Amino acid sequence: MTDAFVIATLRPRWWRARALRRFLRHRLAVTGLVLITALTLACIVGPGLLPYDELYIDLRGRFAPPLTGDHYLGTDPLGRDIAARLLMAGRISLLVGFAAMVLSTAIGAVIGIVAGYRGGWIGTGLMRFTDAFLCFPQIFLLLALAAFIKPSAIMITVIIAATSWMEIARIVNAEIRSLRERDFVLAARMSGASHMWIMFRELLPNAAGPIIVAATLTVARAILIEAYISFLGYGIQPPLPSWGNMLNNAQQYLDSAPWLAIVPGIAITLAVTSFNFIGDGLRDALDARSDLK
Amino acid sequence: MSTRRLTVRDLRVGFRTEGGFVEVVHDVSLTLDAGETLAVVGESGSGKSVASLALMRLLPAPPRARITGRAILHHGGEEHDLISLSEARVRRLRGARIAMIFQEPLTSLNPVHRVGAQIVEAIRAHRGVSRGDARRRALELLDLVGIPEPQKRLAAFPHELSGGMRQRVMIAMALALEPDVLIADEPTTALDVTVQAQILELLRALQERTGMAMLFVTHNFGVVAETADRAMVMYSGRVVEEGTVEQVLTRPLMPYTHGLMRSVPRLDHAGRSSEPLGTIEGFVPDPAHLPAGCVFHPRCPHHVPGRCDAGLPELEAAAEGHRLRCKRWREIAEVPA
Repeated sequence: MTDAFVIATLRPRWWRARALRRFLRHRLAVTGLVLITALTLACIVGPGLLPYDELYIDLRGRFAPPLTGDHYLGTDPLGRDIAARLLMAGRISLLVGFAAMVLSTAIGAVIGIVAGYRGGWIGTGLMRFTDAFLCFPQIFLLLALAAFIKPSAIMITVIIAATSWMEIARIVNAEIRSLRERDFVLAARMSGASHMWIMFRELLPNAAGPIIVAATLTVARAILIEAYISFLGYGIQPPLPSWGNMLNNAQQYLDSAPWLAIVPGIAITLAVTSFNFIGDGLRDALDARSDLK
Repeated sequence: MSTRRLTVRDLRVGFRTEGGFVEVVHDVSLTLDAGETLAVVGESGSGKSVASLALMRLLPAPPRARITGRAILHHGGEEHDLISLSEARVRRLRGARIAMIFQEPLTSLNPVHRVGAQIVEAIRAHRGVSRGDARRRALELLDLVGIPEPQKRLAAFPHELSGGMRQRVMIAMALALEPDVLIADEPTTALDVTVQAQILELLRALQERTGMAMLFVTHNFGVVAETADRAMVMYSGRVVEEGTVEQVLTRPLMPYTHGLMRSVPRLDHAGRSSEPLGTIEGFVPDPAHLPAGCVFHPRCPHHVPGRCDAGLPELEAAAEGHRLRCKRWREIAEVPA
C-alpha cells in the first residue's frame, strides 16, 4: 500500500519531546524550575521541620541576627523565628500567585475564546471591554478594590485575578481568530459538533502553547503584586505572614536589623525571576518558529 | 424503485459583500437516489463548493450569507428541509444523516488530538454509546477504509499519517454513522494519482456496501467518468448541462461542456499536432457583474450577438434526462465544432 508510510518510529509525541529538549537546553529556565521546585518544597515541608512556630513570640530573643542558635535566619521585632515566618509566608504568597494565575487564565481564556470564535459584535464588545480594563493603571485599580474589600487571602487572589486576565484574553483571542478559519473546525461542525465543543475541545488545546507561557509569567506578576499590596498594608494582614507584610514590618529597622528586609526580599526576587525565566524558556521551547534546535 | 435521498429545489446562495449583495448560486435543482453518485463539475468559482456547503448549512449565518430554496433530506419516510431547519436540528442531522469530506485531508483533522479520539468523538456526538463501544466502532471503520494496523493508528496523531491515510481517516469519520448522503468536495484533489485511484475505489466499494448516495464535487473529468452515474456541469453558479455521465461526457451539447472536454489531455491524442489541447478563452465572470443573457456567451465560440446576449436561456431537455442551457444547441449539434 503506497500510503501506508507512517512515521511510526518517531512516536510518541515527538513535538512534546522536542519541546522538552529545547526547554532543558535553556539554562536559566532550568535553573528557575529547580529554584521554584526547591522553594515550593521548602514551603510545604519546611515549617514542620523547624523548631519554632511562625507565631511563637519570644520577647527576650528579639532582633537576633541570622544563625543565632537555631534561629537560622534570625528573629523579628517580636522575637518570632524569621525562617518559619518566611516559609509560612511563602505558602501564602505562592498559593495566591498560583490561584490568581489559574483564575485569571480561566477568565482570560473564556473571554478570549468566545470573542475570537464568535467574532461580530459579541467579539468586538468583549475585546473593547478587555481594552477598557487594560486602560486602568492596574495598581490603582487594585488598591481601590482592596481598600473596599475586607482583605483575606481569597479576596486578594480574586482581586489580583480580576485585574490581570486581560493579557491572556488578548493572546487567546488572537490565536483563536486564526485557528477558527482552519478546516478542522469545519470538519468538526460537519460531524455535528456544538459550538461549545469546538471552542473548548477543538480550538483551546491548539492554543495551549501561548496560554502556558502567559500563565507562567502571570504567576510571577501575581506574586509581585501580592507582595506589593501586602507591603502597602492592604493585603495579607498580620499576624499572618506574607513576603510583602514582612517587608513592611522591616522598614523601620532597616539600619539596625537589615536581615528583616533582605530575607523576604531575596525570596520574592528568587520566586519572581524564576517564574520569568521559566516563562522565557517555555516560550522558546513551544514556539516552533524560533531558531533554537 | 430506488429510494430518493435528497431533493434540492431552486437553491440560491448569496453573500453580503462590500459592493452589495451578490448571488453566487442560482436556481440549482437536483435529486439524488440511494446508491447513486452525482458528479458536480465546474471550474473554480463556479459555485459548486458553495452549493455543497450550503446543503450542509456550513456557511456563515444571515445576513452575511443568504440561502433560499429547499433541500429535502429523505430519511425513512421523514422529510427534513436542510435550509429551513433550526441550527440545533441541523446539527443532529449533520454527520449522522448527511456527511461531508473535504479537499484537504491535511488540515481537516485537529492536530492536537489522536486520530482515534477524533473518530470516537464524532460517533459520541450523535449516539449515546460508551467510549469502549465507540472505540470498537472506530477500529472497525479504520479497518473498513483500508488502514493497515488500525489498532496502532488509533493512537496516532494526524501529522504521523500520510495524506492518503488522513483522507481515509476523514472518510472513516464521515461514514461513522452511516449517513444516507455523502458530499465529497474534491476529496482526491490534494492526493497523488495512485492514491487518488485507491480513494475513489474505496468510496465506490463503500457505497455499494452501504447504499449511500454521493454528491461528488470535482473539476476532474477523469474522476467523473470513474465514479459518477450522472453529471451536472455548473458555470457561474448555474447548472448549464446535466445528464448521465454517458450523455454529458461523450455527447456534450452545451458549448461550455464541450470546451471543458476538449481541454482535458487525452492519451490517445498525445503527440498529434493537428489537435492541440483546447482552451476556453477568458475567465469565469465576476458574480457581481454577470453578463446579460447566457452567462457563458462572452467566452463562447458559437455566440451570436443579439440572441445569446438577450435573455437567459432556459434549462431545456435534449433527451431523456439530458438537459442543458443553450439557445443554439440544435444548430451547433448539426455542425460539429
